[in-house]
Amino acid sequence: MRTPDLIRFARDAATGNPLRTFLLVLAMAIGVAAVVVLTALGDGARRYVLNEFSSIGSNLVIVLPGRSQTGGFSPGNAITSTPRDLTVDDAQALLRASAVHRVAPLAVGTSEISVGGKLREVMVAGTTAEFIDVRRLALAQGRFLPPGDWRRGASEAVIGAKIRDEMFGREPALGQLVRVGDRRFRIVGVLASTGQGLGMNTDELVIVPVALAQAMFNSNTLFRILVEASSREAIEPAKAQVTEIIRLRHEGELDVTIITQDAVLATFDRLLGTMTLAVAGIAAISLAVAGILVMNVMLVSVAQRTAEIGLLKALGATGATIRNAFLTEAAMLSIAGAVLGFALGHAGAAIIRQLYPAYPAFPPDWAVLAGLGTALLTGIVFGVLPARQAARLDPVQSLAKR
Amino acid sequence: MGAALIELSGIERVFQLGDSEVHALRRLDVSISAGEYVAVMGPSGSGKSTLLNLLGLLDRPNAGVYRLEGRDVTTLSAEEQARVRSERIGFVFQSFHLVPRLTAAENIALPMILAGIAPAQRSARVARALADYGLENRADHRPDQLSGGQRQRVAIARATIMQPALILADEPTGNLDRATGEEVMRLLEELNARGVTLIVVTHDGGLGARARRQLLMEDGALHHDHWRPADTTPDRCALPT
Repeated sequence: MRTPDLIRFARDAATGNPLRTFLLVLAMAIGVAAVVVLTALGDGARRYVLNEFSSIGSNLVIVLPGRSQTGGFSPGNAITSTPRDLTVDDAQALLRASAVHRVAPLAVGTSEISVGGKLREVMVAGTTAEFIDVRRLALAQGRFLPPGDWRRGASEAVIGAKIRDEMFGREPALGQLVRVGDRRFRIVGVLASTGQGLGMNTDELVIVPVALAQAMFNSNTLFRILVEASSREAIEPAKAQVTEIIRLRHEGELDVTIITQDAVLATFDRLLGTMTLAVAGIAAISLAVAGILVMNVMLVSVAQRTAEIGLLKALGATGATIRNAFLTEAAMLSIAGAVLGFALGHAGAAIIRQLYPAYPAFPPDWAVLAGLGTALLTGIVFGVLPARQAARLDPVQSLAKR
Repeated sequence: MGAALIELSGIERVFQLGDSEVHALRRLDVSISAGEYVAVMGPSGSGKSTLLNLLGLLDRPNAGVYRLEGRDVTTLSAEEQARVRSERIGFVFQSFHLVPRLTAAENIALPMILAGIAPAQRSARVARALADYGLENRADHRPDQLSGGQRQRVAIARATIMQPALILADEPTGNLDRATGEEVMRLLEELNARGVTLIVVTHDGGLGARARRQLLMEDGALHHDHWRPADTTPDRCALPT
């Protein structure tokens, strides 16, 4: 039997029973669509998190005061662990490291901002001129804190977009005097709105020089030191150098935690990648179910078409021809289901992207290929048994049946 | 007498029914020449259908040798037997056995499709067969849109499309009324007149009497092998006696 004839014969056999064919294709399509949509969700979550993390800044090494314990809580630690302050001097010392490009100290506290009788609680970030570059922030108006001595600082503040809207409304904010806590600041800049993101929400932030913030909160310690390595390759050397400098400055004790953005990213990447895989595995179960359905339907089809099989044998069909015809039919139904499921899955992912534009719900290529491949494979594997059964039918008994 | 097309010697066919053995055919020795017109008759259970299945290579004997055109076909593999069926044997069944989803033309083309014959050649031969059997304007009809006689004509066209040496017809008029049955028999006999060996299984004595040779089966054995004198059918004087 020629291949085009084989394909047409299988197609005619499949379309000869439209309901059976429709149900089978639908089952296969649902399986493939489930794989496509679920992996699109999983991979979308991964990309979403990665995007948010990269927006914090790149090549970052972050220094936190205190040692993060990995061995669990021990009573001894609770008494003896008294981390030294992470100071502005520490931050400044990090500039000596060769792999370090920029350093921004960060002191954080909450206070109240008031202007013209309006009062609002805000988060105050004390930092230096480098902060805007390290965090990759953009200004909407004015300028950022001026560079200069970290231990002093003019009484100037940069406010977030939301603070500006709420405190000034339509009035111009630049040049206005505001009261933050018990101090007066002149507003020199407004940050561009960034919307909700991971980490600090910069829309509701008031940024002042670090020295003034520390004086305001009567504290010497920093919340973070943000270190930007000079390149992606320099992240690890920068981390090592930062570790060494802090250890020397803290009398040989490493009482800070140093994390790199890459490590955090890699962790999330791994975590969410695994989740996507798990979700794809769950969806693959529906494909296996579809495969078993293919087998059942093909077995029923063999039983229904026993007389036809007997006839084909009488007309000179070999067992191999009949087996191929049934296998081709199973494969064609699987392919049709897989293609339909592929289209449905992509449509579903597109709808999700329409509903949640921030969420990059694109199915990963590997999942699409795996889904299609699994559909085909299950269809054919589960088609083998019915096809073999058809090929083995005794022509005399098959012909007698009708 | 022409060369022996079919030579059966010592054919045995035993079916296992539960604990008991049923001898459907017992030590059957028959020789049929090319171009003969043979009616196989006998009561039901006499083994005539089993004989037809064996002759059509749909079944294998438990013992004995079946030579088709001088070649021992009992020892052939299933694939080789399928090839012999495809090229040398045409079947006509009582219940027509047309594929319901295929049109008349497609049903006729089926043996050629299975044999892997090129589409161009196929359509030419199908067109000729449709014309030969008066089915030109029924080509695109499905079996359920055809009358019984038309269905059996399609089946005969299908049986002859590969130009076989042997046509095996199992009660070909069993599902037809008298007039259409007569027409179908006339078609089969025309084929025989053109040199195709025709073997008809029937329990209709009238139908059997039309054949030049009658094989009477009883209990799986050949009970009577009757040759009708040639002079009663002057139009068939060309046939071997």
